[in-house]
Amino acid sequence: MIPDLATAVDQTLKLPHIDYLSILPELILLGGALLVLLVSSLRRRMMTPGAAAGWTVLISGAALIAALVQWHEVSAHGPKVEVAGAVAYDGFSVLVNVLVSSALILTALVAEGWLQRERMAGPELHVLMMVSAMGAMVMGAADDLIVVFLGLEILSISLYVLAAFNTRRAESGEAALKYFVLGGFSSAVFLYGIALVYGATGTTNLPQIANFLAQNVILHNGLLLAGIALLLAGFGFKVAAVPFHLWTPDVYQGSPTPVTGFMAAVAKVGGFAALLRVFVSSFGLLRADWQPAVWVLAALTLLAGALMALVQRDIKRMLAYSSINHAGFVLLGLEAATSRGVSSSLYYLFVYTFMVIGAFAVVGVVGGQGDSRHDIDNYRGLGSKRPWLAASLAVLLMAQAGIPFTTGFLAKLEVISAAVAAHSTVLAVVAMLSAGIAAFFYLRVIILMYVPTQPDDGAVALPETDDLGLPRFAMAGALPGTLDASAHAAGLEGAGVTADSSAGASSDAEAQDADVVPAEVVPGDVTPADVVPVGVAIAIGLCLAVTVVFGIAPGPVVDFAHKATLLF
Amino acid sequence: MLHVAYLMPLLPLAGFAVLLLVGRRMGDPWAGWLATASVTGAFVVACVVFAGLLGRPAGPDREFTQILFTWIPVGALQVKAALLIDPLSMTMALFVTGVSALIHLYSIGYMKDDKDYPKFFLYLNLFVASMLVLVLANNLLFTFVGWEGVGVCSYWLIAFWFERDSAATAGKKAFIYNRIGDAGFLVAMFLIFDKTGTLDYRGVFAHLGAFGPGAATAVCLLLLLAAAGKSAQIPLFPWLADAMEGPTPVSALIHAATMVTAGVYLLCRMSPMLALSPDARIVIASLGAVTAFVAATIACAQQDIKKVLAYSTISQLGYMFLAVGTGAYEAAIFLMVAHAFFKGLLFLGSGSVIHGLDGEQNLKRMGNLRRYLPLTFVTFTIAWLAIAGIPPLSGFWAKGDILDNAFARFPALWAIGLVTAALTAYYMSRLGALAFYGGDRWEEALSGKGGNGGATGHAHSPHESPVVMLVPLVVLAFLAFFGGALALPWHPSFDPLGWLAPVFGSALYNAHLTGSTEWVLGVVDSVVALGGLGVAMRLWVRNPERPELEPVFLAKSWRIDDLYDAAIGRPGASLARFTAVVIDDQVIDGAVRGIARLTGATGAGLRRIQTGFVRQYALWIVVGVVGLLAFMLTRAWP
Repeated sequence: MIPDLATAVDQTLKLPHIDYLSILPELILLGGALLVLLVSSLRRRMMTPGAAAGWTVLISGAALIAALVQWHEVSAHGPKVEVAGAVAYDGFSVLVNVLVSSALILTALVAEGWLQRERMAGPELHVLMMVSAMGAMVMGAADDLIVVFLGLEILSISLYVLAAFNTRRAESGEAALKYFVLGGFSSAVFLYGIALVYGATGTTNLPQIANFLAQNVILHNGLLLAGIALLLAGFGFKVAAVPFHLWTPDVYQGSPTPVTGFMAAVAKVGGFAALLRVFVSSFGLLRADWQPAVWVLAALTLLAGALMALVQRDIKRMLAYSSINHAGFVLLGLEAATSRGVSSSLYYLFVYTFMVIGAFAVVGVVGGQGDSRHDIDNYRGLGSKRPWLAASLAVLLMAQAGIPFTTGFLAKLEVISAAVAAHSTVLAVVAMLSAGIAAFFYLRVIILMYVPTQPDDGAVALPETDDLGLPRFAMAGALPGTLDASAHAAGLEGAGVTADSSAGASSDAEAQDADVVPAEVVPGDVTPADVVPVGVAIAIGLCLAVTVVFGIAPGPVVDFAHKATLLF
Repeated sequence: MLHVAYLMPLLPLAGFAVLLLVGRRMGDPWAGWLATASVTGAFVVACVVFAGLLGRPAGPDREFTQILFTWIPVGALQVKAALLIDPLSMTMALFVTGVSALIHLYSIGYMKDDKDYPKFFLYLNLFVASMLVLVLANNLLFTFVGWEGVGVCSYWLIAFWFERDSAATAGKKAFIYNRIGDAGFLVAMFLIFDKTGTLDYRGVFAHLGAFGPGAATAVCLLLLLAAAGKSAQIPLFPWLADAMEGPTPVSALIHAATMVTAGVYLLCRMSPMLALSPDARIVIASLGAVTAFVAATIACAQQDIKKVLAYSTISQLGYMFLAVGTGAYEAAIFLMVAHAFFKGLLFLGSGSVIHGLDGEQNLKRMGNLRRYLPLTFVTFTIAWLAIAGIPPLSGFWAKGDILDNAFARFPALWAIGLVTAALTAYYMSRLGALAFYGGDRWEEALSGKGGNGGATGHAHSPHESPVVMLVPLVVLAFLAFFGGALALPWHPSFDPLGWLAPVFGSALYNAHLTGSTEWVLGVVDSVVALGGLGVAMRLWVRNPERPELEPVFLAKSWRIDDLYDAAIGRPGASLARFTAVVIDDQVIDGAVRGIARLTGATGAGLRRIQTGFVRQYALWIVVGVVGLLAFMLTRAWP
């Protein structure tokens, strides 16, 4: 099955025919990113504050339009394989393009407000986001494991830098470093998985893998299955599935809030797109082998995400765990491994993107200068102080909790019914239970916003969880050289309540620790004087509109996801 | 002309909507006039439709279904909001709208100066709309909408002066008793739908073959439960006496003339169903006769003028049930209409008395009022004689009709009915004697005690009511006097009761007594009525204090409330307390709290993984990878 060398050489010498429309959104984002970078290097003055954001919105808008043209084209002529089999050009990839470019527009609007508040000049932020988004698009379109890896790295490396973007906050750097170290680790695992699959099938091309599996019965497919396991682990890291999720809360908390929103939306979309495509189309025949593994991952992800979110005081950490819980729901669709499952997963990703970007946009505003106000107490009474912000967050959180007349409800319903249709009843029950647990922490924030007299968490939350602050940041563990024995002992034996205090940056980490700094000490409260930048307001408004309008009239999005799956 | 039928419920509903929106701004008295106008409009429409129906030849042509819209299209269950116009529903609609219009007019005066004046008319209009839906609906479910609508309006109106504890409690009592009946209605509907696949009256009657004798009896008894709740029959009657806490026009309209007859109407409407179950009919007839007797005995010992009338209503409704059980549906409807006239009049008259005495309702503090309230006295007397069964007033004919049929079919029940007739004449005459004859005993009532009616003015002697209140009295008196004429065999072409016959068809029972028997029975009725009247006048005009004739057992209405309290109320309350304290607080909440604690503890436990150390995170990734690998490899080499 190994293609003979002559053909391979031949292909490398001969340029493949490329239908540029099939990769147009990616090209637009890449070209746009380079253009902005170039202009800001050569003509710094042209990049007045806001200009980069404007450019980004325009460029991603162009990418969105290109994606819509692609949709038209794909609907008319059906799916195709382009660029010598490296890229799939189908409904699925186009949906990812649409989603990623929409997310990019929203994030650019949100990020600009953040940049100006933090007094940072940074076309680089926008450039990196465009590049990262392009990586996600590549992952969605990749029809070859190598291309998947390429997209993954484009996406991730930009995200590492983005996470570190706030150079004034040590947590930002810490988040980036953790993300980078663990990301590198899991990329290696992923790459090894590719190697094993190649070894077993002789190809990295997804359709060819599927063909190979269809035509050959492998008696001892340990190599292939090991490869699949490693690929699953690699994807699991990217989409934050338990137990590969541990980076998520730290990184979400440390990163600049707009980046967190972007990361939560785009990285997950890219990761899940590739995961769905690889597993359902290439390894579809082996589903009996990997379904139980995904089952366990999904169940763990659903439950751990919900349970851990319960005990968080920091809203960004809470949303991080909530995004882990959401990942579990998307995994339900994969576990079903049916076209209905895929379409419900796509639908879930679609609506999730808008809910999560909107929620993090509000969190960014409330967080204030220096991202300092993320304690749940900062939301106390927000309903009367900032009625619009509070109402927006309330709607977005209710959508995440899956309350009817929001997109979140139908999304949960779709994945759960797909799971039930695929006879994964127990998993569906687990998902519903986790949604029940999750409702608690979403509603807790809403109650705090509207019932400020609510006694401190004791009554709302769980009475015995008084130690809500854990050493969320222990830089020492991440930095070689500070790994002294005391820190080691403290970290391991302190039953999770000791902050590593030996490292330079850990003073900050200590301050984050609610054991050390009690919850009542809230560094400034949100005031009516905090203006919501226009861009942020527009972004929140768009997210709300999508969440509510498509929650009431879900037809178009459901059709979109369904057709995208049909043209797969 | 029949196509305007939809306006009947729509007009009061529109009145309700307007009052809901701007009622408070319209205030006293315009809100009342608007409500009256809307109901009068409905009455005019009813007359037009009635004329249209009369214009058609007798028989199946006198039936018309107007579909408004499809209400519930769910699979096999296709429920339409549709009106069935036939002689029965039009008879109901006519007297409901007519009496309602008069009572609305009366209320303009009676409720004057009440602080919730617009709200009163708002409820009243909603009530009329619901009542019309109830009688005009062409299927059981749509009837049930009206059924529930009148129930909730009744609740609101009984508890209209809800600042008074007794009124609030009475409202709840009525509501709860009615809910018991409603449950019967619902289950009956389920059974009917199960057997026939439809709820449409015509459709159900076309599929009666689907019912075995057992099923038919079950449905009939469930319907009887529903009817007993709404029409205050044994065992569900105690609420009606307490319902007198509502303003008097409400008692007249809802708790005498219209709503309480809904149960009788339902049974009449379902007459083809009842025809299937002779057992159920015997139960209905016996229940009616016993209720009539029991309520009449209670009425003999009441001191509150409205309570006497309330028990009298229960008793008269018992007669109607007796008629239904006998199969004499025409007679039941005849008494229902006549009763609406004279009982409505009695309540309005008593309202006039109460109004004149600044809210006094105790008969022992009235007396000799014929001198002060002459018009009230004259009209009230007509109604009193009518209900007592004195010929030639309407009550004589209506009650006679029922008793004749009972005589032919269930002689034992006829005997009970006859005794009850004597009691009826007795307690009504006792009321008349205490209120309008004897010495002046009303000084205490007028010595500055606060009123509970709309009346607040201070007079030194009882005062006659305003014109808006007197006009309805006069009109109703006229109807109560001549209403009986409807039943007389004037001419073969003019047979007002006969026009109902096609509705009941073969279910209708009509005793064909010989002329002489009929005469004898009529004379017996008259003698009994006159006897009761005479005894009461002799006993009560001179001496209002006769405790030996008001035994506590009767005054306390056979201690039925105590019985229910001991048998159901207190055990129920204990059960509720047990559920609240033990089951809810400890078991359910305990489980909830336990789960919350468990999840919280799990979260807290899981958090130990989240140490913040990258090396540990990496370790967990390795654990995951190894786990996945191990699992996958077990698949490779099973």
